[in-house]
Amino acid sequence: MATTADTFQAHTDEHHHDADHKPSFFARWFMSTNHKDIGTLYIIFSIFAGIVGGAISGLMRAELAEPGVQLMGQVTAWLNGGSMDFDQQLHTWNVLITAHGVIMVFFVVMPATMGGFANWFVPLMIGAPDMAFPRMNNIAFWMLMAAFGSLLLSFFFPGGIGQGAGTGWTIYAPLSTSGSVGPAVDFAIFAIHLSGASSIMSSINFITTIFNMRAPGMTLHKMPLFAWSVLVTAFLLLLALPVLAAAITMLLTDRNFGTTFFDASGGGDPVLYQHLFWFFGHPEVYIMILPGFGIISQIVATFSRKPVFGYLGMAYAMVAIGVVGFIVWAHHMFTVGMDVNTKMYFTAATMVIAVPTGIKIFSWIATMWGGSLEFKSPLVWALGFIFLFTVGGVTGVVLANGGIDDNLHDTYYVVAHFHYVLSLGAVFTLFAGFFYWFPKMSGRMHSELLAHIQFWVFFIGVNIIFFPQHFLGMNGMPRRYPDYTPAFQYWNEISSWGVPIMAASLVIFFINMAYAFTAGKKAPANYWGDGATTLEWSLSSPPPYHQFETLPVIEDHHSHHDAIGPTPAKA
Amino acid sequence: MAFIGVGLALGMLGLGYAAVPLYDLFCRVTGFGGTTQVATEAQAATAAAQASSAGAPVMSIRFDANTARDMPWQFKPRQVTDKVQIGQRDLAIYEAKNLSAVPITGTATFNVEPKQAGKYFNKIQCFCFTEQTLQPGQEVSMPVLYYVDPAALDDPNMKGVEQITLSYTFHRSK
Repeated sequence: MATTADTFQAHTDEHHHDADHKPSFFARWFMSTNHKDIGTLYIIFSIFAGIVGGAISGLMRAELAEPGVQLMGQVTAWLNGGSMDFDQQLHTWNVLITAHGVIMVFFVVMPATMGGFANWFVPLMIGAPDMAFPRMNNIAFWMLMAAFGSLLLSFFFPGGIGQGAGTGWTIYAPLSTSGSVGPAVDFAIFAIHLSGASSIMSSINFITTIFNMRAPGMTLHKMPLFAWSVLVTAFLLLLALPVLAAAITMLLTDRNFGTTFFDASGGGDPVLYQHLFWFFGHPEVYIMILPGFGIISQIVATFSRKPVFGYLGMAYAMVAIGVVGFIVWAHHMFTVGMDVNTKMYFTAATMVIAVPTGIKIFSWIATMWGGSLEFKSPLVWALGFIFLFTVGGVTGVVLANGGIDDNLHDTYYVVAHFHYVLSLGAVFTLFAGFFYWFPKMSGRMHSELLAHIQFWVFFIGVNIIFFPQHFLGMNGMPRRYPDYTPAFQYWNEISSWGVPIMAASLVIFFINMAYAFTAGKKAPANYWGDGATTLEWSLSSPPPYHQFETLPVIEDHHSHHDAIGPTPAKA
Repeated sequence: MAFIGVGLALGMLGLGYAAVPLYDLFCRVTGFGGTTQVATEAQAATAAAQASSAGAPVMSIRFDANTARDMPWQFKPRQVTDKVQIGQRDLAIYEAKNLSAVPITGTATFNVEPKQAGKYFNKIQCFCFTEQTLQPGQEVSMPVLYYVDPAALDDPNMKGVEQITLSYTFHRSK
């Protein structure tokens, strides 16, 4: 009884606060249960992890700028306490590619989309006061910190030939089991376990929030497309991550407790690991891009001053991508020794995904068609995304062919493909969403001029990095080596020159942030004007600490357009 | 809603583990990845009768032997190839010798190439069915009694297959 009374007491206390009361610094940022604060923490963390992951890729491109192994020696000496044996240098390279992949996937893109933007804007867009489980939201964030800590620790433990986990982000057995003795790989596996648990918790949180906490009148079919994208992504996470958890737990027991799940000498099969991994891994690539699709839909509609063309088609195209994404996994492993019929199925199923994706690209273009376009920075980033993602999609259809993949598997063509859809696709959506919502989150306007300049410098930089890699791959340059024959030097050198250009664009980004926080104008509630019609624009910038204490009511018909865009002139 | 979510997550975790026996079963049943089949004497007799009445063609069988890196055995087939009429049983002999100074128990893993031949390659008896222990310096002959199922003749995927390679790798038992 006492407990009930205490809870009740605490609850009535809450009503004395006004909506903008904030706890003290430590309680606010370290014990946060507020979806907006947790979203901010995720975004800051994602930027930090992005710098780490980006620095690693800069180091790799510097190594690849010319043939031979030049830079790995110093890194190896640093990691291994002075020793720089040549095999250890090659191991260091493996450690770098592993860290780059794991960091970018689990600690940059996912925290930014699902952790950052979704935490911030899903409750706002559906008219909810907060997430369904605010404390679970908090622990999900801090588990991710523990995961990142575990990954960083792995650098400083032996992982076979040298220090660190050098298994690739895919942690294929037997390299990750009998091939990597020492605790480094265990730490890396723990990092993925923890980040997986974190993501499962936040996806349960999003699903519950979206199903149970929509404002009156906000039916699923009126819900903004960004909320739809997060809902689909949350289901993908919920269904895919436990399979990864099972697979990497088997790796752990194979490594440490003598089981033979993936060891042929005990009746296991290493190829089973690949099946399990890619059953997670393929949905994972949609997990990274679907929230971006949602962001792009909001932005394109806003700056075209029109509702999105084919709203329901857009929503169910994402559902279709999610569903089909679960039955195409073996196209990542065409070369394991598959009979022709299996290859044929996975080729065809993979190509089917181009259909809903095509619907999305078409609908974005159709939304802009005849719209009164305003080329603000978010739209420019969104257009960059649509163009570059389509380029990556086309090379994806090429690679979907089992026969062609026999040739291109594990070459730089694949590297170019997935960087076009992720590094140039997902990351462009992150910047688009960032500039779209930054003033809403911070209350300060960024510089549109700097955002535009950053776009062009970034666009040029990343294209110089990744476009030549198509040529290298077509010529047969394999991935995952620090060295190559001098025949590949020309395009590698050009590719590496893109890195300083891209880095310069990030300097512009940070200058822009510094400008916004020191001299940026105060942002009004709806700084993008009539085109921005979702519920977050009905609140101040930044929104009050607690919003929608009285739930907004979304009325029929009229507000249907409010939910997805303004009433078209002809309606 | 949250409980359904937790249930889904735990369900998928369980399915992840269920994949281990299911994958094993799938490979055994379909011959996926060149997994060979096990047949009884009775099945072998039926196949032989069926094949001889149909005048089945001859298939070349190639024998391959490997040892794991930490396995100090010498292991090789007595015959490199055998020609055998499809449906007829054949006995092939492998020879193994323990080169180390301690007794070692090994298990052989196996498959066939091309992979679509897996479901038609039937073993009646094989040294790979059980663990084998060799004393220091001991040399033994290891028999495998097999036949190729005449059903292969009706499978369009087996068209043009004139040779099947049977491969073994000996590992230390775990």
